[in-house]
Amino acid sequence: MAVNPKKHEMPAQAPEVRAHNFKEVALGYSRETAVEEAARCLNCKTRPCVAGCPVNIHIPEFIQKVKEFDFEGAYQIISQTSSLPAVCGRVCPQETQCESRCTLGRKFEPVGIGRLERFVADWHNAHAAGKAQAPESNGHRVAVVGSGPSGLTCAGDLAKKGYKVSVFEALHTAGGVLVYGIPEFRLPKTIVAREVETLKELGVDIEPNVVIGKTLTIDELFGMGYEAVFVGSGAGLPRFMNIPGESLKGVYSANEFLTRSNLMKAYRDDPKTPIMKGGNVAVVGGGNVAMDAARTALRLGAEHVYIVYRRSMEELPARREEVEHAREEGIDFRLLCNPVEILGYSNPEDPRDEKNGFVTGIRCVKMELGDADASGRRRPVVIPGSEFDLDVDTVVMAIGTSPNPLIKSTTKGLEVNERGGIIVDEDGLTSREGVYAGGDAVTGAATVISAMGAGKVAAKAIDEYLSGR
Amino acid sequence: MYKIVRKKALNPTVTQMEIEAPLVAAKAKPGQFIILRVDEEGERIPLTVAGTSPQEGTVKIIFQIVGATTELLNHRNEGEFIQDFVGPLGVPTHTEGIRKVCIVGGGVGCAIAMPVAQEFHRLGAEVTSIIGFRSRDLLILEDEFRACSDRLVVMTDDGSYARHGNVTVPLKEMLEAGETFDAIITIGPLIMMKFVTLTAKPFGVPVTASMNPIMIDGTGMCGGCRLTLQQDGKRVTKFACVDGPDFNAYEIDFDEAMSRGRMYSAYERRAREEVCNLFKNA
Repeated sequence: MAVNPKKHEMPAQAPEVRAHNFKEVALGYSRETAVEEAARCLNCKTRPCVAGCPVNIHIPEFIQKVKEFDFEGAYQIISQTSSLPAVCGRVCPQETQCESRCTLGRKFEPVGIGRLERFVADWHNAHAAGKAQAPESNGHRVAVVGSGPSGLTCAGDLAKKGYKVSVFEALHTAGGVLVYGIPEFRLPKTIVAREVETLKELGVDIEPNVVIGKTLTIDELFGMGYEAVFVGSGAGLPRFMNIPGESLKGVYSANEFLTRSNLMKAYRDDPKTPIMKGGNVAVVGGGNVAMDAARTALRLGAEHVYIVYRRSMEELPARREEVEHAREEGIDFRLLCNPVEILGYSNPEDPRDEKNGFVTGIRCVKMELGDADASGRRRPVVIPGSEFDLDVDTVVMAIGTSPNPLIKSTTKGLEVNERGGIIVDEDGLTSREGVYAGGDAVTGAATVISAMGAGKVAAKAIDEYLSGR
Repeated sequence: MYKIVRKKALNPTVTQMEIEAPLVAAKAKPGQFIILRVDEEGERIPLTVAGTSPQEGTVKIIFQIVGATTELLNHRNEGEFIQDFVGPLGVPTHTEGIRKVCIVGGGVGCAIAMPVAQEFHRLGAEVTSIIGFRSRDLLILEDEFRACSDRLVVMTDDGSYARHGNVTVPLKEMLEAGETFDAIITIGPLIMMKFVTLTAKPFGVPVTASMNPIMIDGTGMCGGCRLTLQQDGKRVTKFACVDGPDFNAYEIDFDEAMSRGRMYSAYERRAREEVCNLFKNA
């Protein structure tokens, strides 16, 4: 039988429709499409896709089950190694991971592994009866700091082995970046809540409103009887460019802009937490977070949304799929541009003028690419005399974060690198006995799946550490 | 959920509550703050800790009814619950080496100034307190301040109680009379803190201001609470939630902070009216 050279298209809301709502963009495969896509898998002996997955999902095996219409069987295989399949099926950069290794992909488009994973997870959530069963306790207690992707993965893996796990979350809702950062239209919050619910069924305690480093310290956790601690506290303070005008009203960090919209539901018609909506918006940066912020601004009612990025499309770090979605929706990419100042309204005649101090524009310079820098990317260089202004009402800075100081400053003997990231060995062990770490708190801003991979590695190491006791 | 153990109106627009939150009560120090949400849909607001009872496991908060959320909070009663309560956040007020202190509080800021004054008193420092209010009916915590201050000056803007004028008047008199302090700590409206700082400047007394900007997470994630300090000729961005809320007042760009504080004022006016109407109709 001839193999279909192309992946089955992912059904999606039309761009002109979705640009005005917060519903999920990609709609998911139907049962029939999933089985047909699964049939494209060659079930090759070498299984290179598995090595491409940070949590080593048994990919050919689950796809085989899909071929056989055994979707619950497929789910059981995925859930052996992944605690958050419905999340990963949506936000993993499969094109650079499992799918980039696919044997079929050498000649044709690779198998749509991510789309199949999503289908299987959604099918399970819609159809599977009964709850997950908490395994018999092994008597050991582990504390997890932060309920983002690394923390939830670590907690899930340990709970499945019988550990009593408590997850401490600083915010009021579990999920970390999955709830405050990634927008509803890419990852519906009901899906995150469902995955958290599954962990609770496995016996994991979620303790919201506890800031480790403030409410309790890591040393106190040991004093409370926890035998090991996993720190997955995520990235921290937002970076700004240190250009004039960044404190004007209407300038947000991407973290703040997305948190207001996602976690605090400012996108709703009658929000309790305000956000600046409408007008023109410039988002500075080229990562996935910048794409999320730009597309959120559009859905909040912006007339025109710019992405301002200092390199070219080739260097733009966001996932291709996100960039394509953003372009289809009408986001205006101003590449090889760099902001030098944010402009604000000022009425010296009337200090009480309510418009005083609000953003009116962003001044940029054009750039060209010079020689490669230390990172191997070509360094952007300013073109003299190329200044120009964009009229905007809101500016969102999506240029990264630096690590949060709260845990480091309250945990003696916890070593961090020069960027403030927690130093760990290959098992995720920090400089403190029994304290493990992973995710953005270690690496700085990275992906959901790499954080999950780190949570998984640490869970295995914690199990080895504690089962030896 | 966190129980409201006691509730008391300090004046028509300022309410005191004691909230059951044992972990916070065990840790909170003067100068630190908490973040709360009244209900499942609510916004997160920061409030400075006005006192704790670690034995009882309660944390005292004092808030002015200024917006939709504080209006909503004020409608909760003793024995009822609020959704979320997290802390203690921020860095405690620095007390080391300060033997003689002047606390300058204004309006509801006095609620935050009071535990700071009490802490200095407990540590054996000589405490001068200057507290100011718009008028007599807005006066709060006079007895509490008297109990922990070696000297107390009460001011009202309209002269309806105690001395007429604002807090900078007696401060200036004291400094001009040759009074010295190891530190002045000022907590209140930004405009008041700015003028306290300007008043103290010619005398070279260190001034600390407690900042209360707009915040969401309060843990150093969102950056909404940023403010600008002027340090060694450079403008430096700091985050009130993790670097503060106390800062060297001489370095703070108060004008910028005042402007940023008004970012949502139009929205807030509307939101509060809506909440008020809701309770009127109920």
